[in-house]
Amino acid sequence: MERIYRRLTRDHITAWLQATPLALVLGVFLALPMVALLVVSFFDYDSVQIIPGFVLTNYREALGSAVTWRTYLNTLRYTAIVWGLTATIGFTVAYVLAFEIRSRTAQMVLFLVCTVPFLTSNVIRMISWIPFLGREGLLNTAMVRVGLIDAPLEFLLFSDFAVILAYVHLYTLFMVTPVFNSMMRIDRSLLEAATDGGAGFWQTIVQVILPLSKSGIAIGSVFVVTLVMGDFVTVRLMSGGQSASIGLMIANQISLLQYPAACANAVVLLAVVLMMIGAILRIVDIRKEL
Amino acid sequence: MTVTRLTGLPRRSLLATAGLATAGVAAGSGAITGFPTIWAQKIRNITLRQFGTGVSNLNAIADKVKQDLGFTLQMTALDSDAVTQKAVTQPKSYDVADIEYWICKKVFPTGTMQPMDVKRIKNYDKIVPIFTSGRLTPTSTIAQGTAPHTVSFVDSPNAKTFAKQQTGWMTLIPTIYNADTLGIRPDLVGRKITHWKDLVDPAFKGKASILNIPSIGIMDAAMVMESLGTLKYADKGNMTKPEIDKTIGFLIEAKKAGQFRAFWKSFDESVNLMASGEVIIQSMWSPAVAAVRAKGIQCVYQPLAEGYRAWGGGLGLAKHLTGIELDAAYEYINWYLSGWVGAYLNRQGYYSAVLDTARMYMSADEWGFWIEGKPAKSDILSPEGKVMEKAGAVRDGGSFAERMGRVACWNSVMTEDRYMVQKWNEFIAA
Repeated sequence: MERIYRRLTRDHITAWLQATPLALVLGVFLALPMVALLVVSFFDYDSVQIIPGFVLTNYREALGSAVTWRTYLNTLRYTAIVWGLTATIGFTVAYVLAFEIRSRTAQMVLFLVCTVPFLTSNVIRMISWIPFLGREGLLNTAMVRVGLIDAPLEFLLFSDFAVILAYVHLYTLFMVTPVFNSMMRIDRSLLEAATDGGAGFWQTIVQVILPLSKSGIAIGSVFVVTLVMGDFVTVRLMSGGQSASIGLMIANQISLLQYPAACANAVVLLAVVLMMIGAILRIVDIRKEL
Repeated sequence: MTVTRLTGLPRRSLLATAGLATAGVAAGSGAITGFPTIWAQKIRNITLRQFGTGVSNLNAIADKVKQDLGFTLQMTALDSDAVTQKAVTQPKSYDVADIEYWICKKVFPTGTMQPMDVKRIKNYDKIVPIFTSGRLTPTSTIAQGTAPHTVSFVDSPNAKTFAKQQTGWMTLIPTIYNADTLGIRPDLVGRKITHWKDLVDPAFKGKASILNIPSIGIMDAAMVMESLGTLKYADKGNMTKPEIDKTIGFLIEAKKAGQFRAFWKSFDESVNLMASGEVIIQSMWSPAVAAVRAKGIQCVYQPLAEGYRAWGGGLGLAKHLTGIELDAAYEYINWYLSGWVGAYLNRQGYYSAVLDTARMYMSADEWGFWIEGKPAKSDILSPEGKVMEKAGAVRDGGSFAERMGRVACWNSVMTEDRYMVQKWNEFIAA
């Protein structure tokens, strides 16, 4: 009896010790900043300083203003469109890589090719679109010269089109990778069985591959949704400052030293994103699928 | 984005060599002759920490201070938001604050700075009167906004509220100032630009831009509104709520009509928009115009009928400065006004506080081009020796008196600051 007891405590201590490093890291670098964020979001402020206190003004101003709601709608619209595009493109690319390319080596080489653009900073990748899409940019100049269009297309740059293009370019790989990963785990005999059972190309995709890649799509969606919801650089640069996003709104408040207001907005954003991720995980049980 | 520049030897090595240097110091620099040797030795060990926006935090100035005055000036360049915050929340972290007048309006009342005794400022009487009486000439009108003289004086060494008239205690000694207007691409606009309202001319639809820094952008918009005749402001630099509403409403309308191609926030963005031809008329800063021209692209800093929006900065002292360090700070400020820096700043296209002394360090041709608005007789060089203007060129806007004499309003901070920023965000989100 005593031996069992001693053994139990030893196991307990070991378990605690094993969990400590991660708990410390998460505590110091995640939990503490979050608490600070929450606390400051109730502080008051004027044009030069933060005044410790407990006021609800920041939340009232954030939630009570039509601008916030419109900005959220705009951010959600970006998120929905970008999610739809990255999921479609990501699924297609992953499908080709996983099922159409037969050689293992070719698969890996092609997958690495997909990641090559990610060797540079995402700001550089984004900015490189600007000279390409501009009024006097490469694309417009080329199309005018060839005679496809008479006048340069203005909507190509500093527009929603440009913002979404940049997002899709930046974030599709985050979808490709997990989807490719889950597709590689699909038992090939299942596909043979589907074919033997008389399923066509589309039927196989919709009824076999899609359900079995759900976990990959869910993980990719979590990446894409959080990245787009929190972004401010892409929106600012690609829309030429003409569109707003929640991240941009927070960044503006920080630069105007309105830290409490920025914190309140960050808390609201965090809650919204957590709910979205909660919903995704509700639909797809990642742990079960893995 | 913090850039810390250290010049000269580190303090510790200075202390180590102080004994050896004693003899050398006395003979070392012309600027400190007349002071007892012991003082010269002490001041050599002093480091003054200055921070401010990039425009006037120049390495060349710190090098020259070391050479002329013997002590070390350590400079930190920040953006204007960070400058405001540091001035208020970290008063012990600096000795000299290089801040703009509208920042001073926010910072000085918090009690982290001390005013300067004008009796100790040698060239006080020669400071351009914009900063003392508010009038460039006795007959000129006082511009709207945070005009520098309104935040330049306090009644006593411990006062925190600004005095209405000149007193013996000055909050900031002016360093650098200029008059801003619209930049245009003369090759692409296709007509003469004469008024602020030309910014919203439908002819330039999708080719105009305004800067996305709320406190400055809204004033450019106000200049446009007054130019159109739609609204007359009591004070563009301190709008009432209804005035803010109307101005933002107007901006939103223009935005929805597709007038603006983009909004810019940083210097580089404004240069790129203009140089690439995405934008042909926009709010701009004078060195940005020079940067576009340096690429061989035509760009004009267009004077307009309604006048300029001006800005200015100055040096102020931290509250904690006392004794020999305070003496060194006064010494530095007197040196600042004695001409060398003034000439350096004037050559960059800004203006300096005491023009008479700066003139002694400029050639007649430079003085004629930059200050008098005369055609350049030979190539005009930047302080680094790069050709800025070819012989025969005339400065956009002309002479100092023509430019600074036509200031319509100063960069400012409004009483309804917080409301204005909210409305501005509405404009950007619209």
